[in-house]
Amino acid sequence: MMTRILATQIAFNWRRNLSAISGTVILLACLFMVAVGPSLVAQNPYDVMQLNLLDSYLPPVWLEGGNPNYLLGTDGQGRDVLAAVIYGTRISALIGLSATLLSCVIGTFLGLMAGYFGGWIDALIMRVADIQLSFPSMLIALFLMSAFGTGIDKILISLTAVGWVVYARTVRGSTLGERQREYVQAARVAGLRDAAIIWRHILPNVMTPLIVVATVQVGTFILIEASLSFLGVGVPVTQPSLGLLIKNGFDVLFSGLWWTSLFPGLMIMAMVFGINLLGDFLRDELNPRLK
Amino acid sequence: MFAFTIRRLIQMVVVLWAVSVIVFLMMTFTGDPVFMVVPIDATQGEIDQARRILGLDRPMIVQYGIFLSGLLQGDFGLSYVFRQPAFDLILERLPATMEMVVVAMVIATVLAIPLGVYAGANPGKPLSRLIMSGSLLGVSLPGFWVGMMLIWVLAVEFRIFPSSGRGDIGTVLGVETSLATASGWHHIILPAFTLSVGTLAILLRMTRAGMMEVTRQDYMKFARAKGVSRRGVLYGHGLRNALIPVVTIFGLQLGDLIAFATITETIFAWPGMGKLLIDSIYRADRPVIVVYLMLVALIFVVINFMIDVLYTFIDPRITVK
Repeated sequence: MMTRILATQIAFNWRRNLSAISGTVILLACLFMVAVGPSLVAQNPYDVMQLNLLDSYLPPVWLEGGNPNYLLGTDGQGRDVLAAVIYGTRISALIGLSATLLSCVIGTFLGLMAGYFGGWIDALIMRVADIQLSFPSMLIALFLMSAFGTGIDKILISLTAVGWVVYARTVRGSTLGERQREYVQAARVAGLRDAAIIWRHILPNVMTPLIVVATVQVGTFILIEASLSFLGVGVPVTQPSLGLLIKNGFDVLFSGLWWTSLFPGLMIMAMVFGINLLGDFLRDELNPRLK
Repeated sequence: MFAFTIRRLIQMVVVLWAVSVIVFLMMTFTGDPVFMVVPIDATQGEIDQARRILGLDRPMIVQYGIFLSGLLQGDFGLSYVFRQPAFDLILERLPATMEMVVVAMVIATVLAIPLGVYAGANPGKPLSRLIMSGSLLGVSLPGFWVGMMLIWVLAVEFRIFPSSGRGDIGTVLGVETSLATASGWHHIILPAFTLSVGTLAILLRMTRAGMMEVTRQDYMKFARAKGVSRRGVLYGHGLRNALIPVVTIFGLQLGDLIAFATITETIFAWPGMGKLLIDSIYRADRPVIVVYLMLVALIFVVINFMIDVLYTFIDPRITVK
């Protein structure tokens, strides 16, 4: 019931908030691009048979020498920049979303354990979290990737390793509060097992603040992944994300071939900006105290 | 206060020890360093001998003991690539990184605080909205890409700034720095600005949030009623109280700047320790990576410690337990 009232109220405010609407529109556009984009471009940029080296380094179509087949120009292998951006966005978005989901699940689980059971479990989890929080996420991820080597699975592990902390802390805090409430006492008196109390009674009540954390984290993860890939310790060359496309563009930037790096960067910016606009709105809605 | 300081110092040592264990384990379980020192066509006998010389045939706990005693003596071994002590290599490049981080921090602070105060004191005005949208865009930008675009426009197209290197180096108070020369300043502006973008946006948002919280307080109205000028109230009474959360973030941001300097240095070919780290990761030059990590960990725990102490000076209401 409360959830429904909250949802109605958020929907009501959403319609009156320009930045929330623009954020949603930007994200829907990105989603559209990721979902149907590949069928809109003629070329699959990673099928070598479809590449034509004679078409390499063509400028965007509005410049002299541009080819209407390649709206945003081509890179050194004759790859359509627009197609590469569409495929790259898929990889970047996929990594951002999956790593956030993994972090959320693991962090929430650990936070519930720490908050509900307390004692040494709590002390251990929170000390690890404290130590980790005193180092920048980017540096930890960079260090892990340099040890693991490139690969999407390894990026997911590294990002989850840095991402769980914020959920664990948030959930632990709320769990400590909820644990004292009457309904938990009642459930315990009724003879429910700990697992059932945590899963059915506490979890639903500590999830709301996580929505904002998770939203913003998708954007952070997309940026960290891009940085790692730019440094060459992120995705493998066969699965270039937007960050790796920018890295490839960096090598030819000094020759004035700017389009291979400008467009992937704009794409990251649009995606993360949309996420942050929505995240800001949700934060205001779900934490009325900060309004 | 004294007990607090001692406890925090012990905590620092524990954190550093934990980091040393993690670094050691990661380094041990990822690849065999022996192949970094033996030639490709080495025989099994030569490989075994190299392993013995490096101490890699001993039990793990003994290896860790050797590693730890090396750390404590500042002996991290020779770089596999440069054949020089890894510690010296990093230390040589530390000033270059620090000068960039400091300049970036100054740029971020000088721009963020006035803008944040304005946006917090005048919410709803068009300029405030513009500032806030801009800052949200600032946290959404990939920093390295900003640097590349600056290089493209200002270095490649218009040739106003150099695109790489550190410029001439002078000596100030015994430290070699490019901040002592005009050419050094000319070289540092682009990389430092690139590095500062994210921090600028975050500091600005924190300052604004703090200001908005503070402007509602009664002492602000009282000071105004007492006859303090608007400016005096904002900066004297408001900012001082709004700064408390900003100071926490300040420390974390300093850490982030050091971390992101690795990327900025790579783009601008800035000869700092961040670029050395990235190069060392490519070459699997393990001793250099270890020095970097331990040094940076030390810097971070010291920063965190100083922030905690600083708190008590800014806000006397906070008492250390």
